[in-house]
Amino acid sequence: MRINCSNRTSLKGRSMKAAILIQRWYRRYVAHLEMRRRYTWNIFQSIEYAGEQDQLQLSSFFSFMLDNVTQMNGNGPDLISHLLDSVVDPLTEEVRQLKYEQIVVSESYSGPRLSFPLSVTDTNALLSAFKEEQTLHGKYVLQLLYETKKFLKQMPNVIYLSTSYAKEITICGDLHGSLDDLLLIFYKNGLPSAENPYIFNGDFVDRGKKSTEIIIILFAFLLLYPDHMHLNRGNHEDHIMNLRYGFTKEVMQKYKTHGREILQLLQDVFSLLPLATVIDNKVLIVHGGISDKTDLDFLSTVERHKVVPFLDSFVSLEPPEPPREELEWQQVVDILWSDPKNQNGCSLNSFRGGGCYFGPDVTQALLQKHDLCLLIRSHECKQEGYELCHNGQVITIFSASNYYEEGSNRGAYIKLGPELVPRFFQYQVSRSTRKLTLHQRVRVAEGSALRALKEKLYAQRSELMAAFQQYDIDNTGRISTSEWAQVVESVLRLDLPWRTLRPRLARLSADGNVEYGSCFEDISPGEPIPPVTPNLAETLYRYRTDLEIIFNIIDKDHSGQISIEEFRQTWKLFTSHLGVAVNDQTIDDMARSIDFNKDGSIDFNEFLEAFRVVHKLDVKEQQQG
Amino acid sequence: MADKYSADTIITETQKRISNAFDVFDHESNKTVDVREIGTIIRSLGCFPSEADLHDIIAELEEEEPTGFVRYEKFLPTMTKILLERKFRPITEDLLLQAFEVLDQQKKGHLEPEELTKYLTQEGEPFTQEEMDEMLSAAVDPDKNVILYKDFFH
Repeated sequence: MRINCSNRTSLKGRSMKAAILIQRWYRRYVAHLEMRRRYTWNIFQSIEYAGEQDQLQLSSFFSFMLDNVTQMNGNGPDLISHLLDSVVDPLTEEVRQLKYEQIVVSESYSGPRLSFPLSVTDTNALLSAFKEEQTLHGKYVLQLLYETKKFLKQMPNVIYLSTSYAKEITICGDLHGSLDDLLLIFYKNGLPSAENPYIFNGDFVDRGKKSTEIIIILFAFLLLYPDHMHLNRGNHEDHIMNLRYGFTKEVMQKYKTHGREILQLLQDVFSLLPLATVIDNKVLIVHGGISDKTDLDFLSTVERHKVVPFLDSFVSLEPPEPPREELEWQQVVDILWSDPKNQNGCSLNSFRGGGCYFGPDVTQALLQKHDLCLLIRSHECKQEGYELCHNGQVITIFSASNYYEEGSNRGAYIKLGPELVPRFFQYQVSRSTRKLTLHQRVRVAEGSALRALKEKLYAQRSELMAAFQQYDIDNTGRISTSEWAQVVESVLRLDLPWRTLRPRLARLSADGNVEYGSCFEDISPGEPIPPVTPNLAETLYRYRTDLEIIFNIIDKDHSGQISIEEFRQTWKLFTSHLGVAVNDQTIDDMARSIDFNKDGSIDFNEFLEAFRVVHKLDVKEQQQG
Repeated sequence: MADKYSADTIITETQKRISNAFDVFDHESNKTVDVREIGTIIRSLGCFPSEADLHDIIAELEEEEPTGFVRYEKFLPTMTKILLERKFRPITEDLLLQAFEVLDQQKKGHLEPEELTKYLTQEGEPFTQEEMDEMLSAAVDPDKNVILYKDFFH
């Protein structure tokens, strides 16, 4: 098709043809970007949920250890006792309060100094301080947490609110440590007050870097406006989750002296957070969702601070488990972990490893049972910050914008008035002042997702290579795209459009086949690793996070050190549970080599650092830039 | 390794590509996609249909009683045919450059944002305001405030 054809063709006709061409081309370009944006999203989600499955793996490891506890008595690490050790507090409440009051804050500290009971001066001081990147002194954190714990103890599991006292209630979803989002919400919507009540629906912490600041602000407002500020518990308000997803680390880094005690208090505070809120007896708000067993009346009677999702469920129950405690645990886990699905029915949520997938029929039944009209929940990231499903009976509200990466999604909040019709407000925090083009946003998010995906490939390298080679009998280094996609899908077990992703992950040879070795090309170990075989290195890399959690549990005083013996025993147990064969000599050699100063203990953070990877292309960019 | 040149292989590979692209937009994992995403899927598979072309395709793909969704069973044969017959071929860079040159009637070597906006929002298959804004944000040189269309091409 040529545009500049005969002279008889009018100018208008030619310009119209040109316009159509450009429009056709541009729409195709945008569609291509949209496809990339979509699969980038899929990648982030798959990896996130796979991480939650790892959590289930870890729990099953702990129960495996419990099963083998007799073998370990006297010889094994003190891991079991560490896990079983609920925070036994030898101090009485009064003594504790006095102790905090007596902590001396040096003159040089320039941050806010809180005084209880809190006033608006205190919350304003906190907001200003955090905007200027200051840290609140450990003393005040402890006092704040202590007061919050006292306050929460007298709250019921389910809180009933009414819109008649204020014009509208604002409901926010997951914040995940993103202080920028919280500040943006306060900026757009005003601070909490008697005229401006708020509900925060869980997952305040983990992943983002300012989880501490967020909970300080939220708890401060909670104490200041107890009738107008409400917090629901999320699945991340849990100490095992915090070990894995970063909150524990953040606290220990910001509070070297008081960190441990802060974490202990936090454990109590989290377990005392209410589980649900009901507005006007019509709107139910919970963090995750519901199941076909959910019953609000039963839920109200549960002793919520005794029910800890995951680990302690294995630990605290003596066989035969009293049926009531099992049921209580189930109800709470369902509330905190479930996700809605589009098909009818209620099935186990295998993705997350806890809670259910609940269908429209389950929602309908529950709403009818308790004469409700709407369920508001959070727990899942949505591109627009919110999403409706189940014929508008379920709303997901998510308040952490750019959750996966810069530009990945908006955040949102809901305003609900007496007519109970939700209004949605969206926003997106932006790091740069200049607005990025669609192309730039997609590129940044995609880069991040692909890096994460490449690390997954690297972590399973030997398994993948072995499977690739099964198709490559002549040892050419190449297999078809089909075969490549099949292998990757079955080994990684991530439901992603592998064919569409292939151009970003592996090279094609001249004959159109995939050079399978190229998937691993631009990743390499970050530091010279201790003398271990490649296989062992890979296993260590794959289970870095789990090991980190286990070591953190062993290391009760958070010194960063554990004994060589503890390390050896733990590693042995872990690998036998995984079914990975590692001989004792190798472990001994490795243990000895990482005990750099030969004092019988290792700095496990250093050790884990050795198994970090770098992306070679990033390194090149850094060197050039 | 399978014989890469057999017709069957080509069809199978094509269908797998289609299936992959479809899955990206199949949010409920029940082999249906929202009809409004059909254009994106077709284009992401390398085709350059016009809006009118899409309109016709969608009419073919919709159910007797339109549900707002398109099922995979209907999409696959239609899309396979489109790809194997190489319909809606890509627009080459030469052609695109010519198109810009046609619009640049005064032969300035660049286009003013207002000029381009006038053409693309009033002629052909008009852009929405959103489409126009997005294109301008990517295409306009921030210093000179014009569209240096020759720079788009290598």
